[in-house]
Amino acid sequence: MAGLHHLYLTVGPARFRVASTWRQPLDQLAALYKDYPASSDGYADFTVRLEPEKPWRRYIRPSVNISGDYWLPDAAPLPLSQSLLAAEMGMNLQMALGWRRHLLLHASSVEKDGKALLMTGLSGSGKSTLSAMLAEKGWRFMGDEFALLNPDTDMAHSFPRLISLKNEAIAAMQSIVSEGRFGPLMRGTPKGDIRHIVPPLEAVRKMADTAKPALLLFPRFGYDPALRDMGKSEIFVRLTQASTNYVALGESGFRALTKFVDTVPTKAMDYQSGEQAEELIDSLWSQLP
Amino acid sequence: MRNAQPLVDALRKPETVLSLDRRGWTELISIARAESLIGSLAHRLTNIEVPEQVKPVLKDAIQTTDLARLQALWEADSAQRALVPLNCKTVLMKGTAYVAADLDAGIGRSIGDLDIMVARDQLPAAEEALLDAGWEWVKPDAYDDQYYRDHMHELPPLIHRERDRMIDVHHTTLPLTAGPTPNAQAMLDASVRLDSGLYVMAPADMLLHSVAHLFADGDLAGGLRNLWDIDRLVRRFSESGEEFWAELGTRAKLHQLVPHLARALRLAVRLYGTPVYKYRAGQTKFTDYLYIRRLLARDGWGRETRKFTRQAFYIRSHWLRMPPLMLMQHLWTKWRKA
Repeated sequence: MAGLHHLYLTVGPARFRVASTWRQPLDQLAALYKDYPASSDGYADFTVRLEPEKPWRRYIRPSVNISGDYWLPDAAPLPLSQSLLAAEMGMNLQMALGWRRHLLLHASSVEKDGKALLMTGLSGSGKSTLSAMLAEKGWRFMGDEFALLNPDTDMAHSFPRLISLKNEAIAAMQSIVSEGRFGPLMRGTPKGDIRHIVPPLEAVRKMADTAKPALLLFPRFGYDPALRDMGKSEIFVRLTQASTNYVALGESGFRALTKFVDTVPTKAMDYQSGEQAEELIDSLWSQLP
Repeated sequence: MRNAQPLVDALRKPETVLSLDRRGWTELISIARAESLIGSLAHRLTNIEVPEQVKPVLKDAIQTTDLARLQALWEADSAQRALVPLNCKTVLMKGTAYVAADLDAGIGRSIGDLDIMVARDQLPAAEEALLDAGWEWVKPDAYDDQYYRDHMHELPPLIHRERDRMIDVHHTTLPLTAGPTPNAQAMLDASVRLDSGLYVMAPADMLLHSVAHLFADGDLAGGLRNLWDIDRLVRRFSESGEEFWAELGTRAKLHQLVPHLARALRLAVRLYGTPVYKYRAGQTKFTDYLYIRRLLARDGWGRETRKFTRQAFYIRSHWLRMPPLMLMQHLWTKWRKA
C-alpha cells in the first residue's frame, strides 16, 4: 500500500497525527501551524487520514477522502485544492466524535481578565468572524469552532485552531489582519469560499490557559441591533443541540450543562456590523459582576 | 506497523505494552479504535503503568463503553416492555447478552444495535408490537425488504424513531440460505432466564452463536473483536471443565457447526492464547493461515490492508450465504439497482 506523509500537531489539550497521501496539505498545515508547540515524540490522541477515494484518484482529478480514528460514512470527498480544509474538517471530526474529556460546544470563545465570552449559533450567525475580530482588539482568541468545558472545574479550555473565514468575512478581515497570517483562498467549497487565518501569537502562546465562562451570546447577523433575554430552558435545549458530545458524556455532560446555564449570563444579540456588535459586547461586559 | 499484531499482543498479555514507545502507543490506539476494541483494551490495561498522555485516552474509552452498556440494557428493557403482550421468550444476543449476563466478554465491549431472538412463529406479532411501540422500518426498498423476509435469519432492521437505535429481530442465528442450519428451537428451549425476565442463550449455544457470527455471517470484518468475544466466553464457561466441552461438542453437532467451532478455537488459541480442549479444536489446517492473515489486516495508521485477501473473504462470505444460482440473481438485481 502507498506510504503516507505525516505531521504531528498540538492544539490546546489535543494532539493530532495527520497523515496524507499528498504532501500539499501537510506543507500548508506546517506553514500555518509553525508557531504551535512542536510535538515530536510521536504521541497523538487522534489520527486523521487524507487519502484518495480510489487509488487512481491520487493522480487523476485528485479527490481527498477524510477518515481517521473516527469518521462518518457519508462524508463527501474534496478536491485536492481544498485539502487544507479536508485536514481541518478531519481534526474537527475526531474531536466531535471522539473527545470525552470536556463538554464540546460548537461555539467561538475569547478571553479577557481570565473570563471567557462564548458565542454560539447557527452557521452564518457570525460567531467565527466576531471572535476573529475581537482577537485583534485586545481579547485573547480561544477558538472559533469548539469551546471545551471541563465538567470537573467548570472552566473553559482553549482550542485555538486556524480561524475559518467564509465568504464576505474574508474581505472584512483582510482589512485588519496582515496578509502573512492568511492561508490559501479555497473557492467553491461545500460552504462557499473559505480562507483560514492564523490566530494571533498570544492565543497560541497562552493556549493552555483556561478561563471562567462569564457571558454567553447567541449572535444573529443582519438585524437591527438588539439584546434579548432568553429562557433557561431554551438556552439549555439550544446548547444540547450545539454540543457534539453532550449525549456521549451522559450524566457528567448533563451536570456540566445545567450548571453552565444556571450560572452564565446569556443574551441573544442582533447586529448589522462589527462595530455594533463590539459596542453591545462592551456594554454587557462592563456590567458583569 | 504493518498489521494488527500489537493489539492482539496487548489484549493477550497487557505487559507487552511496556515496551512500546510513544509512536507505538499511537499506532496501538488507532488499531484498537478501528477494530472497536479500544474499550476492551482499556480495561485490560487498568493495572498497567501507561504514559501520562495515554491515560485520558483509555479513561475516555472506559467511560464510552460504560455508557454503551447502560444504553444497551435500557434498549433491551424497552424492547422487553414492547413485547410483553406476546408472552414469549425474548432472547438477547451478542453484546447486549454479554452485559446483561455480566460476562467478561461484555467488559468494555462496544455495542451498537440490539439483537434479539424470538420463536419464528412469533415474528409477525413481534414486528407489529415493535412498530406500535415506536420502531420503524429502515429499508425502504421493496426488494431488500422481501429479500430479508424470504431468506434471512432476521426481520429487516427496525430503528426507534425517537431514540435512533436499531433493533434486529432474529428467529435463528444464520441466514436460511447458509450451509449450516442451527437448531433455533433448541436454542430457545435451552435459553436461560435472567432476573429481568429477559433470556440469554445457554453457554454452549452462546459460544456457538458467536462462532457462527464470526465465520458464516460475514467477511470477517470486525473479526478480531468477535474472536475476542470467543476467547472471553471460552475462558469463563470452561471453568466448569469437561462438562462444558462435552456439551459444546453435542451442541455443535446439533447446530451443524462442528468445523466452524474447531476453526474458531484454533484461531483463538493462535491469537489470544485461549485455553481450549484440543479435541474440539482439531488439526491445524493450511487455510488457518489465510484467516489469521485476514484477521490481522490493519496497519498502524488504522487502515485496512491486504485488499486481495479482504476481497476473497468478501466473495466467500456471499458464497457461503447463498447457493450459486441465487447468488447470481441477487448480485444481478443489486447491480442493476446500483
